[in-house]
Formats: sequence, structure tokens, C-alpha cells
Amino acid sequence: MKWSNVKYLILRRIVQAALLFLYFAGNYWGWKVLQGDLSTSMLLDKVPLSDPFAVLQIFATGATLGVNVLIGAAIIALFYGIVGGRAFCSWVCPVNMVTDLAAWLRRKLWIDRIERKVWITRNARYYMIVIALIVSALTGLAAFEVISPITILNRGVIFGFGAGAGLLLAIFLFDLFVVKNGWCGHICPLGGVHSILGKYSLIRVTHTSENCTLCMKCKEVCPEVQVLGMIGKRSEDVAKAECTNCGRCVDVCDDDALGFHIRNYLSK
Amino acid sequence: MSQETKKPRISERRRFFTDLAHHAGLGVMGVLLWAGYTEKAKSSPLTLRPPAALGENDFLKTCIKCGLCAEACVNRPQNVDRETGRPRPGTLKMAKAKDPVTIGTPFFNPRDVPCYMCEDIPCVPVCPTGALDPAKVTDPKSGELDFRMMRMGLAIVDPNSCIAFWGIQCDACYRACPLLDEAISLEYDRNPRTGKHAFLKPVVHADVCTGCGLCERACVTEKPAIFILPREIALGKAGAHYVKGWDKKDQQRVEERIGKDVTTHDKSSSESPEDYLNRGLEF
Repeated sequence: MKWSNVKYLILRRIVQAALLFLYFAGNYWGWKVLQGDLSTSMLLDKVPLSDPFAVLQIFATGATLGVNVLIGAAIIALFYGIVGGRAFCSWVCPVNMVTDLAAWLRRKLWIDRIERKVWITRNARYYMIVIALIVSALTGLAAFEVISPITILNRGVIFGFGAGAGLLLAIFLFDLFVVKNGWCGHICPLGGVHSILGKYSLIRVTHTSENCTLCMKCKEVCPEVQVLGMIGKRSEDVAKAECTNCGRCVDVCDDDALGFHIRNYLSK
Repeated sequence: MSQETKKPRISERRRFFTDLAHHAGLGVMGVLLWAGYTEKAKSSPLTLRPPAALGENDFLKTCIKCGLCAEACVNRPQNVDRETGRPRPGTLKMAKAKDPVTIGTPFFNPRDVPCYMCEDIPCVPVCPTGALDPAKVTDPKSGELDFRMMRMGLAIVDPNSCIAFWGIQCDACYRACPLLDEAISLEYDRNPRTGKHAFLKPVVHADVCTGCGLCERACVTEKPAIFILPREIALGKAGAHYVKGWDKKDQQRVEERIGKDVTTHDKSSSESPEDYLNRGLEF
């Protein structure tokens, strides 16, 4: 296995694991590097970072919020909106490791070729956002935050796992046996929020069709294949919002036809 | 013709309305399922929250489940086991799926770890959302945090199982109380059974008790005879129409009401007392 074929994969796993470790250390040893969890953190005891979707749900309940979370949500929204795109999903979110494992096993066990197809629209996540906000307003409780496998896994690492870990197993099985990339690629409303946030970000994957040999390895590994519609046809940036900037397509491409690129708004 | 009967052509108009109904139906189904679960996911009313927490409904709306309060609690410098030098377990825990508390929200169980009422109250100022409101534990005169203003719950004594009420000498809760002789005092009473001993009965004063739970933790009975309940559960309410005639300030309320209508109107006030009092009991 060549380093260039796993570079971004390994970098992502290092980033994901390092963040979880810092969160854990923030609670266990009281390190003031990264405290709290993915819903709201304190970076270096000074900078608040907040999940914009959690803040949106709290607004929907009708609560008034402290300044710190508002600043934190703005920082996160601006960072992903301008720079990272939907990178939260593939570089930060711990559930990504669970669903990537399911997707990998699916390929290895040839489950794709024997299962009966269950179809869910990839737009389900956007409906989930709307429903989550309606339910938050109706019940007075941030609706996604009580079922989110993301925070259950994140808090599990920081504060200890409980019975909620069963939900992670359920999502793993769902992705493995029911719908390919079912959770992250179809249902997760936080992924939907980050898709919307990151649509116009600067960092994009770009395709050079002259180099492409149509091996289609990129489409095999991509968790959001619909964003790779230009492969072998047009040289352009991946413009669709759902690209998570995970870089797996860049990794597996042996023909130098895919790479990261800073979108140039000026020349157009 | 035969092909058309197999797959009838749908007009654009019909497709539009069917799609609309489809989406609306799925949306309503999603809201019903999700709202039903969310409503059930709310905490038990017996949940004890960190100091300075908003009322339970507002707290559930506002808490973002970040755990900064629990981290500040367990990592406070004074929370060290004297024997091992390692931090002791924190008071505040983040609820897991099996706890009768909304998942991810902070709570404490004084029987495991009570609140030690830190003078600097480290758990409250770190709250980023205001679900823990520093104003609730800030002395308005000095502007400083005052742990005596915490109101996490209220200690309740069960006189049936409290051995001090049996005449056995025990003042474990009284001595464990951080507000010694203020939140719990000992009421001396004659023990008529022996004729020569005294009862030393613990009495909790609701205007001082913070609900820290050190008494519950210290209680010597198999299952604590003194325990913390949320104040909404533990306290009754007399209502505005009872006036303490011996209290000048309370009596003032009567004078303020002179000239206003002071008659209570309810279901029974339309009948004369002779009628409804003589009607007998209804079950």
C-alpha cells in the first residue's frame, strides 16, 4: 500500500482521534486545551466553539442564550463556511469512523451485490433539519440533541459510555445491511446543516478529466457519489454541497486526476 | 391501450398533489414519532440539577449538553483524594441513556456524591448558554458569588425511619451540614417512654437549606432517613389568601386589598354553605 493512497485517510483518523483524546483529557486530567464536547467546547480556556445546529434547535425551543455559545456558533459557521466546507463530517465527527467501517466492510463482504435495495432520498437530511426544529419548538427540548449518535459517542469517550452506545451499533448495522452510507449520506441532519454551511467554501476537490482513465475507483469509495458527476467528463471543482472533503477520492486516484484546490471566485 | 392500463399516465397536476400529500404525510409522521420520543425523553421530576440551574423546563430548553459544568466540578483543585492524590469522582454527572434524566444533561445523586458547596462555585460561571445562571448565586449587594444562595433541592426528614425520632442519639446529618445549626437544627424534646432522656430531633429549615445532600450522604440508616428532593416537589404552597395576622409585613397585604373584591368565586360559592356542607361525602 502506497502512502499516497492512504494519506488523507490516515490524516483524518489522526485528527479525529486527537480531538477525542483532547476532549477526554479535558475531563480526565483537566487539560485546558479542548474542554466540553462537540456541542460546545472551550479552546485553550478562551475561545468558545459551538455546534450551530444545536444552537438553532435551542432557539427553536424559545430559549434565550448566553453570548458565549452565540460567538462559538459564529466561529464554527464562519470557519466551515469560508474554509473547510463540510469537513466537519469527515475530519471531526467521531461517527464517521463507525460509518466508514461499515462502508468498508460492505465493500469487502460484497454486501452491495446481494442485498435488496432500500431506497431513501439523500435529501432526507434536509427534511430532518426542518422536522428537528419543529419538534424542538413543540416539545421545548432540542430534538436532535436527545438522539444524536454524534454526541452520544463523543460524550461516551469523554464521560463514559452508557446504554446509548447501542444506538451506534444500530447505525453501524443500518449502514452495513440496509442503506449504503445510510446515516452520514442520507439521514444525519447535522450533515445537512454542514452541507448548507460549507457549500461556498474555498477548499474543494477538483477534477482534471484529461488525466482520468475512468477506473471509477473514486466513485467506489465516495460516500456521496452524486457529487462526482463530472468524473471523466469535465475538468471542474466538486461544487455540490454534500462533498465532505474527506479526500478518499484523491487518495485512491492513481492518475493524478483528483486533488484539493482552493476555489477561485475571482477569475470567474 | 394495454400499455396504458398497466401504467396509467399521471397528469402533472395529479403528480403535484400526490407529491405534496406524500411529503406532508411523511413530515407529519416524522414529527409525531420524534416529538413523542422527545417528550418521553424529558427528565424525571425528581432530578437534582447543578446549583443556579434555571427551572426544569427552561433548563431543558437552554442546556446544550456540553459538560463544561461537570468538568469544572470534577477538576476543581480541592477535589483530591487525600490517600491516593487522584481526583475523586465529581458531583455532577452527565446523564446516560439509562438514567431517568434527559440524556447528556448534568445532574447529581447526593447518595453517591453530594455537592460540597465550593465557595467559588466553579460549575456555574463556565456555563456557556445561561442554563446555569450566575445571577441566582450572586449576592446583589457585594456582586460576589455566594454559595449560601444555592437552591438545588431541599432536605426532607422521614420521622418514621430517623432513629433520632426513636430516641436513639444520632446527629450525623446535623454535623454533616455545611451550614451547621442553620439549615438543620436539633429540636430538644422530652422522651416520655423513659421519662429521663431527651429526643434530639433534626429539623430542616427550608429558607437556609441549599439541597447539597451532605446530610443524605452522612445518614446512618440503611436507606437514608433524610434525603434531598427538588424544591418544587418538596414544598407546598399556602396560597395568597392565607395571611399571617401576627406578621406586620404580611398583614400589610390585607390593607392593600381593601376596596378590591376579596370574595373567592369558585364552584361551591354559588351554593350556600348549609347546602354543600350537608350534602354528605361524594366518592
